[in-house]
Amino acid sequence: MSSEDQRVITALRSGDEDAFAVLVERYSGQLQRLAYVYVKDRHVAEEVVQETWIGLLQSIHRFEGRSSLKTWLFRILLNVARSRARKESRTIPFSSLFDASKDAGEPSVDADRFQPASARWPDHWATPPSQWHQNPELQAVSSETRAHVKAAIDTLPDNQREVITLRDIDGLTSLEVCNLLTISDTNQRVLLHRARGKVRKALETYVGEAR
Amino acid sequence: MGIEDEITCKEIVELVTDYLESAMSEPDRARFDRHLSTCRGCVIYLEQMRETIRLTGTLTEDSLSLVAKSNLMSAFHDWKREATSST
Ligand SMILES: [Zn+2]
Repeated sequence: MSSEDQRVITALRSGDEDAFAVLVERYSGQLQRLAYVYVKDRHVAEEVVQETWIGLLQSIHRFEGRSSLKTWLFRILLNVARSRARKESRTIPFSSLFDASKDAGEPSVDADRFQPASARWPDHWATPPSQWHQNPELQAVSSETRAHVKAAIDTLPDNQREVITLRDIDGLTSLEVCNLLTISDTNQRVLLHRARGKVRKALETYVGEAR
Repeated sequence: MGIEDEITCKEIVELVTDYLESAMSEPDRARFDRHLSTCRGCVIYLEQMRETIRLTGTLTEDSLSLVAKSNLMSAFHDWKREATSST
């Protein structure tokens, strides 16, 4: 167990209210976003997060530190969120069943953006991407830009949404995500790749329209 | 090393994540870098991908409502009372 986790666990076990408040403040946003991937409703997601924290308290005496406190917390959330989603008969993203080698997927960029096989430089850019520097909305990260990114993420398949949320919004490492979702490094990367590619495409369309 | 060794733009766009995640062999990474050194379109594509990641990272506004937080603090008090009374 890391000394930081050890310190927090000891504080919680001794009933230290501030330690709990700090932890809630630090992780609730991440937990809430991950819960939302499964339950797709803000209020239900909030209930799932509350249930998760209570679950943590009730099992804190059993925590042995085989994983980090954070991973443990996220695992509790996954269990709560998945069973809640199941209860409401939603499909759950089975990232663990995803097999990158058997999933052709869509290309990140439409094929007609590249030169045809008959051209001088087949498969090189015919319509190359243009720089986004000049776009003030993107630079300032306007609320409209954020709304576009959010909308793009909301339309992703669940298992891609799960991975991009954990990696690019919550800032978990690839190792943390693989452990949490019990997926291989390759599958994690492919899901992330698909997700990022679609968000980029949505942004490109948005920038193109704004021009 | 002939032209067959070179990566196409179409391949580059599917390799960006491996590149950004440092999940490439040294030779593949070298080929990728070599392509970038002569292809402005792919340099811009890579920039766009980094920008996409940066923008996605700004979607952090979700948090628990104050009501939920205060509920949690009362739950903590209940838990503490039970935990201390049972020992
Ligand atoms: Zn290129």
